[in-house]
Amino acid sequence: MKKTILFIEDEANLQKLVSEQLTAEGFECLSALNGEIGLKKANETRPDLILLDLILPKKDGFEALKILKSQKETKNIPVIVLTNLESSVDIQKALALGATAYLVKANYKLEEIVKKIKELCG
Amino acid sequence: MPIFKECQQLNLRPWECPSFLFVLMGLITITAIIATYLITSQYTGPEVVISSVVGITIVILIIGNFVVNSVSRIAQTHQMQQEFVSITSHQLRTPLSSLRWSLEALLKTNLNQKQLNYAQIISESQQKMLKLVNDLLNVARIEQGRFELQKEKFDLSKLIQEVIAEFKIFAQANNTKIIFSKDAICYVLADKEKIKMVLENLIYNAIQYGGKDVIIKINKNIISVQDNGVGIPKAQQKQIFQKFFRAKNILRRQTQGTGLGLYIAKAIIKAHQGKIWFESKENKGTMFYMKLTTKLK
Repeated sequence: MKKTILFIEDEANLQKLVSEQLTAEGFECLSALNGEIGLKKANETRPDLILLDLILPKKDGFEALKILKSQKETKNIPVIVLTNLESSVDIQKALALGATAYLVKANYKLEEIVKKIKELCG
Repeated sequence: MPIFKECQQLNLRPWECPSFLFVLMGLITITAIIATYLITSQYTGPEVVISSVVGITIVILIIGNFVVNSVSRIAQTHQMQQEFVSITSHQLRTPLSSLRWSLEALLKTNLNQKQLNYAQIISESQQKMLKLVNDLLNVARIEQGRFELQKEKFDLSKLIQEVIAEFKIFAQANNTKIIFSKDAICYVLADKEKIKMVLENLIYNAIQYGGKDVIIKINKNIISVQDNGVGIPKAQQKQIFQKFFRAKNILRRQTQGTGLGLYIAKAIIKAHQGKIWFESKENKGTMFYMKLTTKLK
């Protein structure tokens, strides 16, 4: 069965790029452009993995992460934070809230990000 | 006058410039004291003495107020600048990530040679821009005192070899030979990514401004990067670790570069409680040294 990935990211272009790559790699890709829609889709579809940006409209990534990890239904879904914030305070905070991995967009090629995703839910 | 020069550098008018106001305050205080002395030596009544003391105090307070105001205005401007740099840097990195990733996807499609060349030019420009934005972000972090180290244990000589491999094509294009030698295996406890930035910077400079050979050595816990290139003019040797500084003889040769690399390098080494220094002779070459004092084993 195809693995489902939910990508919560407000940059539509980035959303499209990553989704395309993931689809090409055989994943089913769902997208959400803000934190609220992201949470709703996570509850409805129970994806195998969530990619989460931190700066988001409506509910930001930290809040969304907190809620995801507090609900029984979504608690066990691995969450990869994909953002351009990179202070150790943000990293510690996200990991403490239960993020599985923390990737800084500017430091990675798309290829490397897809590889990480495959490792975590191959 | 050095004071006026300083105010000019800060882009401030004299009455907004603390160092000028301070000297002015001193001069007025001295004048007021002399005047008080002259007045009181003629009129000895207590009212006169008290009113002149009160007079001096008021003058000092007024000028002091100017000094405090101007200092806090400078501090505010500085703070705003820092915030501006860090916000723009974050905002700039998002579209730059899109650019990078879409180029990556584009380069995987069937492009003809001409299209490929254009895409590569865009890709190179994107990399340069990302480097600049990252440099600015680092400068902002250094100045805000938020420069964090993530230390790990690693083999320094292996890292140097990695960096040399990265620069292989660049060195070939500049007709430069890189020679590396070490006297022992050296593990350090340091921030690997940041030490890598320092090495990249030193080696890049050595190739870019250097002659035919770049010699890298680890000797008795000191890492040295030596070139036989243009060197740094003696008059400017004091300034090379300042931000945005670029030596005159380099500007004559080429215009790229921001003058941030060595400033960041010094901050990184300083954060590791290490030392970075150099010896240079114009037209003979430059030798940079760095020592990560505590943890080299």
